[in-house]
Amino acid sequence: MKLRSRHLLGIASLEPDEIALILDTAEGFAEVSTREIKKVPTLRGRTVVNFFVEPSTRTRSSFELAEKRLSADSLNFSATASSFVKGETLLDTARNLEAMAPDYIVLRHSEAGAPHFLALHCRSSIVNAGDGAHEHPTQALLDAFTMRQRKGRLAGLRVAIVGDILHSRVARSNVLLLTRVGAEVTVCGPPTLLPKEMARLGCAVTHRIEEAIEGADVVMMLRVQLERMQSGFFPTLREYARLYGLDPRRLRLAAQDAIVMHPGPMNRGIEIMGEVADGGSSVILEQVTNGVAVRMAVLYLLAGGTESEAAA
Amino acid sequence: MPSGGSVRLMDAATIRKALSRIAHEILEKNKSLDDLALVGIQTRGVPLARRIALSLGAMERQVPPTGILDINLYRDDLSRIGYHPVVRRTEVPFDLEGKKIVLVDDVLYTGRTIRAALAALVDLGRPERIQLAVLVDRGHRELPIRADFVGKNVPTADSDRVEVRLTETDGEDEVVLLAPSHRADRPGGGTR
Repeated sequence: MKLRSRHLLGIASLEPDEIALILDTAEGFAEVSTREIKKVPTLRGRTVVNFFVEPSTRTRSSFELAEKRLSADSLNFSATASSFVKGETLLDTARNLEAMAPDYIVLRHSEAGAPHFLALHCRSSIVNAGDGAHEHPTQALLDAFTMRQRKGRLAGLRVAIVGDILHSRVARSNVLLLTRVGAEVTVCGPPTLLPKEMARLGCAVTHRIEEAIEGADVVMMLRVQLERMQSGFFPTLREYARLYGLDPRRLRLAAQDAIVMHPGPMNRGIEIMGEVADGGSSVILEQVTNGVAVRMAVLYLLAGGTESEAAA
Repeated sequence: MPSGGSVRLMDAATIRKALSRIAHEILEKNKSLDDLALVGIQTRGVPLARRIALSLGAMERQVPPTGILDINLYRDDLSRIGYHPVVRRTEVPFDLEGKKIVLVDDVLYTGRTIRAALAALVDLGRPERIQLAVLVDRGHRELPIRADFVGKNVPTADSDRVEVRLTETDGEDEVVLLAPSHRADRPGGGTR
């Protein structure tokens, strides 16, 4: 089996069997990172451009490591160093990158839909590494991989996602993925940061964290973007921490063997208390480890054209 | 079952005898089981390696360790084949350093799988030596590779297909030669 598209633009365009294929493939890649020689020759001679038009350290490092462990050549191109400040359009920059004949462009952009736009105009495989408040597919895939690894399944899992849902591409991609594979998802946050329309994606919506967490198998805390406070989405950090922070007392409402996740970077003492982040339920660092395996799987599966191209 | 262009090359009894003979030959060539380990190539090399290990264990009262190798990350034809082989687990739960490794696969054909397996193995460590055991050698090598232990040599046409079916993976033990007109396409491979 293959992925139907040569791009990974979002979870929205993946079928459940494609999600399963990526997660199954990632199982095989997780082992590579435990070897003494953490490198396989699979993508030797392929070139990846990591095109980051928005700052990111961990996603870019994770992609970079995935590329290196597959023996691909990678090149980092970031906004601050680029010609965006000089007024070049996204398409012109992408065309310049394409002139160097990369096989993949991994794009992080502050505007929703930027990777979809590039996919229309580029020959390379486009991998969305986060576009505005829209999608962050590889994060949702690594989260699902971690849940499946810990819980043995995704279907029927009760997942609570708590925090700034409005601005979170991580939340959106996770809701899309988890509802697609049969998990029960509840999203939770203050009314200003939780659009009612989320319910249309097939998840439950609540403003009370206790209600979201009660009986959950997975509690996923989202980062409070501190700059949002200035725009009046919530009054003070202290109030946010009191109403929506995950502390040991609240975590006790969840299933006994519940796991706690966070996409990072986390604000200790705000959305998650130190005791929880460092506690036995936390799988936050496993998420980081699994990110490399999942991104290796994605790059591997996108290599070498689509089913229809192969038939031709 | 098999009809028309298909010929049964081996049944359960001949497979059992062939594997037992391979086990004896491995012991004869290596003198002892000290530092010997078997590594099966996914998918059907894995149960074959386990069976040979058990045969060796019955002879020497010591079952050599076995490992599992997936070679898909080392293929040389990723951009040429139209699909992506499913990447399965590699599990070699022992240190390869200084070991005598017997690599086990079901069918030896072009030799490309073995080339990939050798590359995969040396990435995991530096064995003292690597030997190759296969259930069927069907010829048509494209690389300078030969097996040390062969269950059965089968002259084939390049267009034939040899299917190895094993109880562990397919519910029964047999080896079948399929002529070009007769194509039983099964998911999961096993046909070379």
